[in-house]
Amino acid sequence: MSSFPLFPNMPVRAVMPKSLTLLSERLAAISNLTTEVRPASRLSLRPAPEMVSSGIREIDALTGGLPRGCLTEVCGSPSSGRTSLLFATLAAATKRQEACALVDASDVFDPVLAAAAEVGFEKLLWVRCDAPIENSQPRVGREEKSEAGKNSARRRKETPLGQALRVTDLLLQSGGFGLVILDLGDVPFKMTRRIPLTSWFRFQRTIEHTPTIFFVITQEPCAQTCASLLLKLQAQFLGGSPRAGGKKPSAFCSALSAKDGTAPASLEGPGLHSVKEIPKKSTISGGFSHTELLEGLHIQTEVLRSRLERKPARSLTAEFISQSVRAG
Amino acid sequence: MPFACIFVPDFPVEALLRAEPELRAQGFAVLEGKAPLQKVFAVNKNARRAGVACGMTKLQVEACVDLVLRARSPLLETAAHAALLDCAQSFSPRVEDTAPDTIVLDLAGLETLFGPPPKVAEDLAGRASSLGLEAQVAVAGNPDTAVLAARGFSGVTVIPEGKEADQLSRLPLEVLFVEKPEDRESEPILDTLHRWGVRRLGELARLPGIAISERLGQRGVHLQELARGAASRTLVSFEPPLVFEEAIELECPLVLLEPLACWLSRMLEQLCARLRARALATQELRLALELQNSHPLEVAEFPLGEDQQGRPFPQDSKRWFQRTLRLPVPLLDSQAFLKLLQLDLKAHPPGAPIHKIHLAAEPTRPRTAQNGLFLPPSPEPEKLELTLAKIAGIVGGDRVGSLALLDTHRPEGFRMQPFVLRESPSGSGRNQENSQNSSLEREGRSTELVTALRIFRPPLAASVTLREGKPTYVSSWQGEELGGEVLWAAGPWRSSGDWWEKEGWARDEWDIAVQEETQIVCYRLVRDLLRGRWLLEGTYD
Repeated sequence: MSSFPLFPNMPVRAVMPKSLTLLSERLAAISNLTTEVRPASRLSLRPAPEMVSSGIREIDALTGGLPRGCLTEVCGSPSSGRTSLLFATLAAATKRQEACALVDASDVFDPVLAAAAEVGFEKLLWVRCDAPIENSQPRVGREEKSEAGKNSARRRKETPLGQALRVTDLLLQSGGFGLVILDLGDVPFKMTRRIPLTSWFRFQRTIEHTPTIFFVITQEPCAQTCASLLLKLQAQFLGGSPRAGGKKPSAFCSALSAKDGTAPASLEGPGLHSVKEIPKKSTISGGFSHTELLEGLHIQTEVLRSRLERKPARSLTAEFISQSVRAG
Repeated sequence: MPFACIFVPDFPVEALLRAEPELRAQGFAVLEGKAPLQKVFAVNKNARRAGVACGMTKLQVEACVDLVLRARSPLLETAAHAALLDCAQSFSPRVEDTAPDTIVLDLAGLETLFGPPPKVAEDLAGRASSLGLEAQVAVAGNPDTAVLAARGFSGVTVIPEGKEADQLSRLPLEVLFVEKPEDRESEPILDTLHRWGVRRLGELARLPGIAISERLGQRGVHLQELARGAASRTLVSFEPPLVFEEAIELECPLVLLEPLACWLSRMLEQLCARLRARALATQELRLALELQNSHPLEVAEFPLGEDQQGRPFPQDSKRWFQRTLRLPVPLLDSQAFLKLLQLDLKAHPPGAPIHKIHLAAEPTRPRTAQNGLFLPPSPEPEKLELTLAKIAGIVGGDRVGSLALLDTHRPEGFRMQPFVLRESPSGSGRNQENSQNSSLEREGRSTELVTALRIFRPPLAASVTLREGKPTYVSSWQGEELGGEVLWAAGPWRSSGDWWEKEGWARDEWDIAVQEETQIVCYRLVRDLLRGRWLLEGTYD
C-alpha cells in the first residue's frame, strides 16, 4: 500500500483519518472561495467621477466636463490654445468659489488677460517656479553660513521642472483645492518625458477620492495611463480684419493664399484645415480700434483618452474659437 | 461665598522647571547673587532631601551629586506668574494677584459652569499642571483661610464652612509669614510666639484675644483671626492685560537652529496652553532673539521700539534679531507654529549665536471651526499656511501668493500678495455649483473665451528684418532658436505711459505668425520705442 501523497513518510493507517478530515476541510474552503471571490468578469466598475464644467461648452459636450479626483492632461504645441482652455477652466472654477492653484513651471501666466477671462484672483494661488538666481543672500553667521549656502545652492541647482513637481506634490498632499494646474507647456518634451511614471501615479493616487481636479498642460502626452482624460489641441489663428472698407474679417489661410497663391503645407493635416467662414468679432471695447491685430484662435480638440463606456468608432473632436482681448 | 487659592511652592524653582521639565525628577537649586558670592535662593523637594537649604553658598552645594544648579531667572518667573494668572482667569473673572506665587479667585456663581468647589479645585490644579506648574490649591470660605490652607497643605484642600479653625489648627505658625521668607527669622512676633511655646495655628487661636491685644497689638489680633480662619476682607480684583509672552535666557549661546527649535517648541506649547486657557488664538507671533555678537543687522520686519499696543519691545537693533509671523487666520497649533518659525528661520538665519529668546503672541478670537456641509472644497488654514511656507522655501517667498492688478497699462502691471483664502459668502456652495453647472450647460460659456498669452519673463531680445515697415523675419534665443519667416503680421498697436516719470514707457506691439521648423507659432512682438530694441513678449496660446 502506498503512503498518502500529502504525507509521504507516514504510514497510511496512522494518517488516513486526520488527513481525510483536513482534505475535506480544504475542499469545503475552496468551494466557499468560489462563492466569495468574484471573478474578474463580474467585477463592478469603479464609480464614475463627478464631472464639472471646463468653462467651454464644446469641450463639456465632448467629454462631459472635467473629472474630479482624476488627472486631466491637455497637450499641444505652442499656439494651440492650451492656455486659453486653462483660462476658461480657471474662470469656471473660481466662479464656483473653489480654491485653485496654478503651478507655473515657466512663469508664463499673464494676469491681465486672465482678468479679462474673469479668473477670480482671490481664489487663485500662483506659484512661479522659474526663479532667477538670487544675487543677494541674507547675512548669515559663521555657523549658519554652510547651511544657508547649501540651501541657496540647492535652489540654484534645482530646475524649474523639479521645483514645479515638488510644489505640486505639496499642494496635492495638503488637499482642499478644487483645481490644481501644473503648467508644463513651455517645458521641452525631452524634459517632461523624463518625469518618472511613479510621480504621475503618486499624484493620481493622492487626488483619488478627493474633489480635486488635477489639470496638466504639456507639449506631448506624459502622464500616460495615469491621465483619466487626455485632450490634444490644435489651432489656427484668425487674422484681423481691415479697419476701413467694411470688408469681412479674413482668416489667415485666405491671407496666405492671396500672398503666394497656395495654402501652406504646414497648415494641412489632422486638425488643421482652412477656416471657411469666421464669425465677425468685436474687440472688448465694442468696436474696431485703430489697428486690427490677432482676432483669436480657432481651436480643435481631440480626445485621446477618456473614461468612456464604449470605445468610439472614430476620433472625438470639437471646435471652438477664442477671442483676443487687448488692454488699452 | 467660596474662594480658591492657587499657590506654587518653590516658585523660582517651578518657573525654571517649567522651561526644563525633564529636570523635575532631579535635585534642583536656584542661585542668586553675583559670582563668586552666589547663594542658594530656592530648592525643590529632592534637593531639600539631599540636604541643600536656602542660604548655602554655591561652593557648598556644588559638592552634592545629581544636583542641578541654575541662576535665578526673572524672565521665567514673570512668564510663570502670567501663566498662573491665566490659569485663574480661565475660571473666574474676579482674581486677586496676591503674590508672585499666590493667586486668589472668587468662585461665587461658578457652580453651574464648573461644578461644585472640590471639582473646581481639582480642575484648577490640573490646569496649572498643564501650564507646567505644580500648584497647591485650597478652597475656603474667605480668601485668607484659602491662602493659609494652600500654603500649608499639599495637593487639593477643601475646607467646609465653619471648619476653618479645626483645619488650620494643625498648620505651623510659619505659614502666616511666608510672604517674606527672608525676614522670617527676624519677625519679632514669630520669635515672641516661639518663646511662649506657640508652634501651631491652633495654639495661637486658643490664646485669649484681649491678652494678645495687650502684648502684641493689632498685628497680633489680626494674626489670631487668621489662625482662627475668621478674618474677612474684600478681594482686591486684578484684571491682567492680555499679554502672552514667553522669554528665556540661555546659559550657553545657541549656534544651531535645531536646539533653538527645541526651546521654541516648549515656549510655543506654553503660549498655546495659555491662549487655550483663555479661549483665545493668535494671528501674529513675534520672535525676538538677542544675539551675542553686536554687529548691526538689517533684518527687522517689526518696527522697533514698541509693538502695536505700545508695549515695550526690544529696541537695540544691534543686538536683537526679530521676525514676525503674520497668519491670515487665527490659529492655535503649536506644531504648526513651530514648523512655520523653523521655515522662516531657515530662510532668514539670525546670523550670530543666540543668547536670549523672546516670543510673544498677539491674542485674538479663535475662528469658527466648522464650515457648511455644502461649501466648495477649501484647504484647511493650518495646512495651507504650512504648505505655503514650504513652497516659499522652494521657489522663494516673493514668487508664491495671489495676484493683484495695478491701475496701469504698463506691462507686468501686477503685484504679488500673500494668499489669503477668505470664506465663501453664504449661499455659495455645492448646490450653487450644480446650478452653475447647469446654467453653463444651458448657456455655454458665460463669457467669451479669451485668447491667452504666455509671457516670456523677461522678454526675449529679438532681431527683426523689416520690409516696408513690417517685420518679415524674426529670430531670437530661448534655450533654443526661436523665430523664422513671418507669415502674417499685424500692427503696430502703439501705447505709452508714465512719460512724466523716470520709468516712462512707449511701445509698438505687433502680432505675428512665424513659420518655425514644424509648426506655426503666433508671437507678440514689441518695439521698445525709448530704447530702440525689438522684444518677443510672449506666445499666443
